[in-house]
Amino acid sequence: MAEKSLEDKVKDIIVKQLGVNAEQVTPEAKFIEDLGADSLDTVELVMAIEEEFGVEVPDEDAEKLQTVANVIEYLKDKADL
Amino acid sequence: MSQGLLAGKVGVVFGVANKKSIAWSIAQAWASQGAKLMFNYQGERLKDNVEELASTFGADTLIHPCDVTSDEQIDDFFKAVSARTDRVDLVLHSVAYAPREALEGKFINTTREAYAMAHDISAYSLLGVSRAAVPLMTQGGSVIAMSYYGAEKVVPHYNVMGVAKASLEATVRYLAYDLGERKIRVNAISAGPVNTLAARGIAGFGIILKHYEEHAPLKRNVTTDEIGATGAFLASDGAASITGQTIYVDSGYSIMGM
Repeated sequence: MAEKSLEDKVKDIIVKQLGVNAEQVTPEAKFIEDLGADSLDTVELVMAIEEEFGVEVPDEDAEKLQTVANVIEYLKDKADL
Repeated sequence: MSQGLLAGKVGVVFGVANKKSIAWSIAQAWASQGAKLMFNYQGERLKDNVEELASTFGADTLIHPCDVTSDEQIDDFFKAVSARTDRVDLVLHSVAYAPREALEGKFINTTREAYAMAHDISAYSLLGVSRAAVPLMTQGGSVIAMSYYGAEKVVPHYNVMGVAKASLEATVRYLAYDLGERKIRVNAISAGPVNTLAARGIAGFGIILKHYEEHAPLKRNVTTDEIGATGAFLASDGAASITGQTIYVDSGYSIMGM
Protein backbone atom coordinates (compact mmCIF):
# COMPACT_ATOMS: atom_id res chain seq x y z
CA MET A 1 0.00 0.00 0.00
CA ALA A 2 1.30 3.44 -0.87
CA GLU A 3 2.38 5.69 1.98
CA LYS A 4 -0.29 8.27 2.73
CA SER A 5 0.47 11.82 1.67
CA LEU A 6 1.18 14.43 4.32
CA GLU A 7 -2.08 16.15 3.34
CA ASP A 8 -4.09 12.97 3.95
CA LYS A 9 -2.41 12.31 7.28
CA VAL A 10 -3.19 15.85 8.46
CA LYS A 11 -6.76 15.47 7.25
CA ASP A 12 -7.18 12.19 9.14
CA ILE A 13 -5.93 13.75 12.37
CA ILE A 14 -8.31 16.70 12.04
CA VAL A 15 -11.29 14.45 11.30
CA LYS A 16 -10.52 12.31 14.32
CA GLN A 17 -9.70 15.13 16.76
CA LEU A 18 -12.52 17.49 15.84
CA GLY A 19 -15.14 14.89 14.93
CA VAL A 20 -15.88 16.55 11.57
CA ASN A 21 -16.54 15.06 8.11
CA ALA A 22 -13.60 14.72 5.73
CA GLU A 23 -15.42 16.96 3.18
CA GLN A 24 -15.39 19.84 5.68
CA VAL A 25 -11.61 19.72 5.94
CA THR A 26 -10.78 22.02 3.02
CA PRO A 27 -7.45 23.87 2.87
CA GLU A 28 -9.08 27.21 3.76
CA ALA A 29 -11.12 25.79 6.66
CA LYS A 30 -10.41 27.57 9.94
CA PHE A 31 -10.30 25.29 12.98
CA ILE A 32 -12.24 27.52 15.33
CA GLU A 33 -14.62 29.39 13.01
CA ASP A 34 -15.35 26.68 10.43
CA LEU A 35 -14.66 23.36 12.16
CA GLY A 36 -16.06 24.25 15.59
CA ALA A 37 -12.87 23.67 17.58
CA ASP A 38 -12.68 25.01 21.14
CA SER A 39 -9.45 25.96 22.90
CA LEU A 40 -8.88 22.43 24.23
CA ASP A 41 -9.46 20.98 20.76
CA THR A 42 -6.77 23.21 19.28
CA VAL A 43 -4.25 22.08 21.92
CA GLU A 44 -5.16 18.41 21.40
CA LEU A 45 -4.83 18.90 17.66
CA VAL A 46 -1.34 20.37 18.00
CA MET A 47 -0.31 17.50 20.32
CA ALA A 48 -1.69 14.90 17.90
CA ILE A 49 0.28 16.53 15.05
CA GLU A 50 3.45 16.51 17.18
CA GLU A 51 2.96 12.81 17.89
CA GLU A 52 2.18 11.80 14.30
CA PHE A 53 5.00 13.76 12.69
CA GLY A 54 7.59 13.63 15.47
CA VAL A 55 7.92 17.41 15.56
CA GLU A 56 7.76 19.98 18.31
CA VAL A 57 5.35 22.88 17.85
CA PRO A 58 6.16 25.73 20.26
CA ASP A 59 3.33 27.99 21.51
CA GLU A 60 4.31 30.87 19.26
CA ASP A 61 4.08 28.63 16.16
CA ALA A 62 0.87 26.95 17.32
CA GLU A 63 -0.87 30.32 17.53
CA LYS A 64 -0.29 30.86 13.82
CA LEU A 65 -1.80 27.53 12.76
CA GLN A 66 -5.37 28.64 12.13
CA THR A 67 -6.31 26.83 8.94
CA VAL A 68 -5.78 23.36 7.49
CA ALA A 69 -3.42 24.84 4.87
CA ASN A 70 -1.41 26.58 7.64
CA VAL A 71 -0.69 23.20 9.22
CA ILE A 72 0.28 21.51 5.95
CA GLU A 73 2.60 24.38 4.97
CA TYR A 74 4.13 24.43 8.45
CA LEU A 75 4.89 20.72 8.36
CA LYS A 76 6.37 20.96 4.86
CA ASP A 77 8.64 23.80 6.03
CA LYS A 78 9.72 21.76 9.06
CA ALA A 79 10.53 18.75 6.85
CA ASP A 80 12.83 20.94 4.70
CA LEU A 81 14.99 21.93 7.64
CA MET B 1 -7.36 -10.44 37.01
CA SER B 2 -6.58 -12.00 40.37
CA GLN B 3 -2.79 -11.61 40.36
CA GLY B 4 -0.89 -8.42 41.07
CA LEU B 5 -0.02 -6.03 43.87
CA LEU B 6 -3.51 -4.52 43.82
CA ALA B 7 -5.58 -7.64 43.19
CA GLY B 8 -9.09 -7.22 44.57
CA LYS B 9 -8.68 -3.48 45.18
CA VAL B 10 -11.20 -0.92 43.96
CA GLY B 11 -9.91 2.47 42.81
CA VAL B 12 -11.56 5.71 41.78
CA VAL B 13 -9.71 7.93 39.34
CA PHE B 14 -10.24 11.68 39.04
CA GLY B 15 -8.68 13.65 36.22
CA VAL B 16 -8.42 11.68 32.99
CA ALA B 17 -8.68 14.11 30.06
CA ASN B 18 -7.15 11.97 27.32
CA LYS B 19 -4.64 9.17 26.76
CA LYS B 20 -1.72 11.47 27.60
CA SER B 21 -3.10 12.30 31.04
CA ILE B 22 -1.00 11.32 34.06
CA ALA B 23 -4.26 10.04 35.59
CA TRP B 24 -4.55 7.59 32.71
CA SER B 25 -0.99 6.29 33.21
CA ILE B 26 -1.62 5.62 36.88
CA ALA B 27 -5.00 4.07 36.08
CA GLN B 28 -3.33 1.69 33.64
CA ALA B 29 -0.67 0.78 36.20
CA TRP B 30 -3.32 0.17 38.87
CA ALA B 31 -5.37 -1.96 36.48
CA SER B 32 -2.32 -3.96 35.40
CA GLN B 33 -1.77 -4.83 39.08
CA GLY B 34 -5.31 -6.14 39.35
CA ALA B 35 -7.35 -3.17 40.61
CA LYS B 36 -10.90 -2.55 39.40
CA LEU B 37 -11.37 1.11 38.47
CA MET B 38 -14.06 3.79 38.21
CA PHE B 39 -13.59 7.17 36.56
CA ASN B 40 -14.93 10.69 36.75
CA TYR B 41 -15.12 12.95 33.75
CA GLN B 42 -15.14 16.71 33.87
CA GLY B 43 -18.04 17.95 31.75
CA GLU B 44 -19.50 16.65 28.50
CA ARG B 45 -16.44 17.93 26.66
CA LEU B 46 -14.28 15.09 28.02
CA LYS B 47 -16.93 12.38 28.27
CA ASP B 48 -16.12 10.69 24.94
CA ASN B 49 -12.38 10.60 25.71
CA VAL B 50 -12.88 9.04 29.13
CA GLU B 51 -15.53 6.63 27.86
CA GLU B 52 -13.24 5.35 25.11
CA LEU B 53 -10.29 4.86 27.49
CA ALA B 54 -12.27 3.41 30.41
CA SER B 55 -14.01 0.90 28.16
CA THR B 56 -10.64 -0.77 27.51
CA PHE B 57 -11.06 -2.19 31.04
CA GLY B 58 -14.46 -3.63 30.10
CA ALA B 59 -17.65 -2.16 28.67
CA ASP B 60 -19.24 -2.00 32.13
CA THR B 61 -16.50 0.20 33.66
CA LEU B 62 -18.20 3.00 35.58
CA ILE B 63 -17.69 6.53 34.30
CA HIS B 64 -19.67 9.31 35.93
CA PRO B 65 -19.59 13.11 35.62
CA CYS B 66 -18.04 15.03 38.49
CA ASP B 67 -17.05 18.67 38.59
CA VAL B 68 -14.95 18.79 41.74
CA THR B 69 -15.95 22.40 42.46
CA SER B 70 -19.44 21.12 43.32
CA ASP B 71 -20.14 19.31 46.60
CA GLU B 72 -23.39 18.02 45.09
CA GLN B 73 -21.58 16.50 42.14
CA ILE B 74 -18.97 14.90 44.41
CA ASP B 75 -21.78 13.36 46.49
CA ASP B 76 -23.59 12.23 43.36
CA PHE B 77 -20.38 10.67 42.02
CA PHE B 78 -19.81 8.61 45.15
CA LYS B 79 -23.47 7.56 45.16
CA ALA B 80 -22.85 6.11 41.71
CA VAL B 81 -19.66 4.45 42.99
CA SER B 82 -21.40 2.95 46.02
CA ALA B 83 -24.08 1.49 43.75
CA ARG B 84 -21.30 -0.58 42.16
CA THR B 85 -19.10 -1.44 45.14
CA ASP B 86 -19.38 -1.58 48.91
CA ARG B 87 -15.75 -0.61 49.31
CA VAL B 88 -13.15 1.74 47.84
CA ASP B 89 -9.43 1.22 48.49
CA LEU B 90 -7.69 3.70 46.22
CA VAL B 91 -8.33 7.29 45.21
CA LEU B 92 -6.34 9.17 42.58
CA HIS B 93 -6.65 12.95 42.45
CA SER B 94 -5.04 14.30 39.29
CA VAL B 95 -6.98 17.52 38.91
CA ALA B 96 -5.74 21.08 38.56
CA TYR B 97 -6.81 24.23 36.84
CA ALA B 98 -5.94 27.90 36.62
CA PRO B 99 -7.16 30.34 33.98
CA ARG B 100 -4.74 30.52 31.05
CA GLU B 101 -4.00 34.22 31.62
CA ALA B 102 -2.78 33.38 35.15
CA LEU B 103 -0.18 30.99 33.68
CA GLU B 104 1.76 33.57 31.74
CA GLY B 105 3.37 36.85 32.66
CA LYS B 106 3.74 38.07 36.22
CA PHE B 107 2.39 36.28 39.29
CA ILE B 108 1.68 39.64 40.91
CA ASN B 109 -1.07 40.22 38.36
CA THR B 110 -3.06 37.15 39.44
CA THR B 111 -6.65 38.21 40.08
CA ARG B 112 -8.54 37.30 43.24
CA GLU B 113 -10.88 35.19 41.09
CA ALA B 114 -8.07 33.26 39.37
CA TYR B 115 -6.35 32.68 42.72
CA ALA B 116 -9.53 31.37 44.34
CA MET B 117 -10.41 29.20 41.36
CA ALA B 118 -6.94 27.64 41.17
CA HIS B 119 -7.03 26.76 44.87
CA ASP B 120 -10.62 25.49 44.78
CA ILE B 121 -10.11 23.14 41.83
CA SER B 122 -6.49 22.11 42.48
CA ALA B 123 -6.28 21.87 46.30
CA TYR B 124 -9.63 22.05 48.09
CA SER B 125 -11.01 19.37 45.80
CA LEU B 126 -8.62 16.80 47.33
CA LEU B 127 -10.28 17.44 50.66
CA GLY B 128 -13.77 17.38 49.15
CA VAL B 129 -13.18 14.14 47.28
CA SER B 130 -11.42 12.46 50.23
CA ARG B 131 -14.23 13.35 52.64
CA ALA B 132 -16.77 11.74 50.32
CA ALA B 133 -14.58 8.67 49.72
CA VAL B 134 -13.69 7.94 53.35
CA PRO B 135 -17.02 6.30 54.35
CA LEU B 136 -16.39 3.75 51.57
CA MET B 137 -12.74 3.18 52.54
CA THR B 138 -13.71 0.76 55.26
CA GLN B 139 -10.53 -1.28 55.10
CA GLY B 140 -8.14 1.65 54.88
CA GLY B 141 -6.46 2.50 51.63
CA SER B 142 -4.35 4.96 49.68
CA VAL B 143 -5.11 8.44 48.37
CA ILE B 144 -2.69 9.92 45.83
CA ALA B 145 -2.53 13.52 44.61
CA MET B 146 -0.38 14.93 41.80
CA SER B 147 1.94 17.84 42.47
CA TYR B 148 4.88 19.63 40.89
CA TYR B 149 8.10 21.21 42.12
CA GLY B 150 6.68 24.67 41.38
CA ALA B 151 4.98 24.20 44.78
CA GLU B 152 8.34 24.73 46.48
CA LYS B 153 10.54 26.72 44.14
CA VAL B 154 9.76 29.38 41.61
CA VAL B 155 9.14 28.10 38.09
CA PRO B 156 8.49 31.07 35.78
CA HIS B 157 4.91 31.13 34.39
CA TYR B 158 3.75 28.37 36.78
CA ASN B 159 2.64 31.24 39.01
CA VAL B 160 -0.60 30.71 40.96
CA MET B 161 -0.52 26.99 40.16
CA GLY B 162 2.66 26.72 42.22
CA VAL B 163 0.92 28.37 45.15
CA ALA B 164 -2.08 26.05 44.73
CA LYS B 165 0.23 23.00 44.60
CA ALA B 166 1.89 24.16 47.84
CA SER B 167 -1.59 24.21 49.35
CA LEU B 168 -2.24 20.76 47.90
CA GLU B 169 0.94 19.32 49.45
CA ALA B 170 0.01 20.79 52.84
CA THR B 171 -3.51 19.42 52.42
CA VAL B 172 -1.95 15.98 51.84
CA ARG B 173 -0.12 16.21 55.17
CA TYR B 174 -3.14 17.32 57.19
CA LEU B 175 -5.34 14.67 55.57
CA ALA B 176 -2.69 12.03 56.28
CA TYR B 177 -2.84 13.02 59.95
CA ASP B 178 -6.65 12.95 60.08
CA LEU B 179 -7.04 9.69 58.20
CA GLY B 180 -4.14 7.75 59.70
CA GLU B 181 -6.35 6.21 62.37
CA ARG B 182 -8.55 4.79 59.60
CA LYS B 183 -5.46 3.22 57.98
CA ILE B 184 -5.85 5.53 55.01
CA ARG B 185 -2.57 6.83 53.63
CA VAL B 186 -2.38 10.10 51.72
CA ASN B 187 0.60 11.03 49.55
CA ALA B 188 1.56 13.31 46.69
CA ILE B 189 3.66 12.47 43.67
CA SER B 190 5.70 15.47 42.57
CA ALA B 191 6.29 14.59 38.93
CA GLY B 192 8.74 16.14 36.53
CA PRO B 193 7.13 17.98 33.62
CA VAL B 194 5.01 15.80 31.30
CA ASN B 195 3.58 16.85 27.96
CA THR B 196 -0.13 16.68 28.81
CA LEU B 197 -3.12 18.72 27.72
CA ALA B 198 -3.05 20.53 31.08
CA ALA B 199 0.68 21.25 30.91
CA ARG B 200 0.26 22.92 27.51
CA GLY B 201 -1.70 25.62 29.28
CA ILE B 202 1.56 26.86 30.84
CA ALA B 203 3.31 29.48 28.73
CA GLY B 204 6.66 28.22 27.42
CA PHE B 205 6.10 24.67 28.63
CA GLY B 206 8.55 23.30 26.05
CA ILE B 207 11.33 25.30 27.72
CA ILE B 208 10.66 23.55 31.04
CA LEU B 209 10.96 20.13 29.36
CA LYS B 210 14.29 21.10 27.76
CA HIS B 211 15.60 22.49 31.04
CA TYR B 212 14.99 19.18 32.83
CA GLU B 213 16.64 17.24 30.04
CA GLU B 214 19.75 19.36 30.40
CA HIS B 215 19.92 19.73 34.19
CA ALA B 216 18.32 16.72 35.90
CA PRO B 217 20.81 14.10 37.16
CA LEU B 218 19.28 11.47 34.83
CA LYS B 219 19.55 13.91 31.87
CA ARG B 220 16.11 13.08 30.57
CA ASN B 221 12.47 13.73 31.26
CA VAL B 222 10.25 11.28 33.13
CA THR B 223 7.85 9.02 31.28
CA THR B 224 4.20 8.63 32.17
CA ASP B 225 4.78 4.87 32.59
CA GLU B 226 7.30 5.63 35.35
CA ILE B 227 4.82 7.89 37.12
CA GLY B 228 2.22 5.13 36.76
CA ALA B 229 4.57 2.63 38.37
CA THR B 230 5.17 4.94 41.33
CA GLY B 231 1.40 5.36 41.61
CA ALA B 232 1.03 1.57 41.78
CA PHE B 233 3.77 1.36 44.42
CA LEU B 234 2.17 4.05 46.62
CA ALA B 235 -1.16 2.24 46.34
CA SER B 236 0.41 -1.09 47.31
CA ASP B 237 1.39 -2.63 50.65
CA GLY B 238 5.02 -1.90 49.78
CA ALA B 239 4.21 1.67 50.80
CA ALA B 240 2.30 0.61 53.92
CA SER B 241 4.27 2.96 56.20
CA ILE B 242 4.46 5.89 53.79
CA THR B 243 1.94 8.66 54.40
CA GLY B 244 1.82 12.43 54.24
CA GLN B 245 4.80 12.47 51.88
CA THR B 246 5.61 14.20 48.63
CA ILE B 247 7.48 11.66 46.50
CA TYR B 248 9.64 13.06 43.70
CA VAL B 249 9.45 11.32 40.33
CA ASP B 250 11.51 13.90 38.48
CA SER B 251 14.75 12.36 37.17
CA GLY B 252 16.33 13.79 40.33
CA TYR B 253 15.87 17.41 39.28
CA SER B 254 14.74 18.58 42.72
CA ILE B 255 18.12 17.81 44.37
CA MET B 256 19.95 20.33 42.22
CA GLY B 257 21.16 23.69 43.55
CA MET B 258 21.92 24.92 40.07
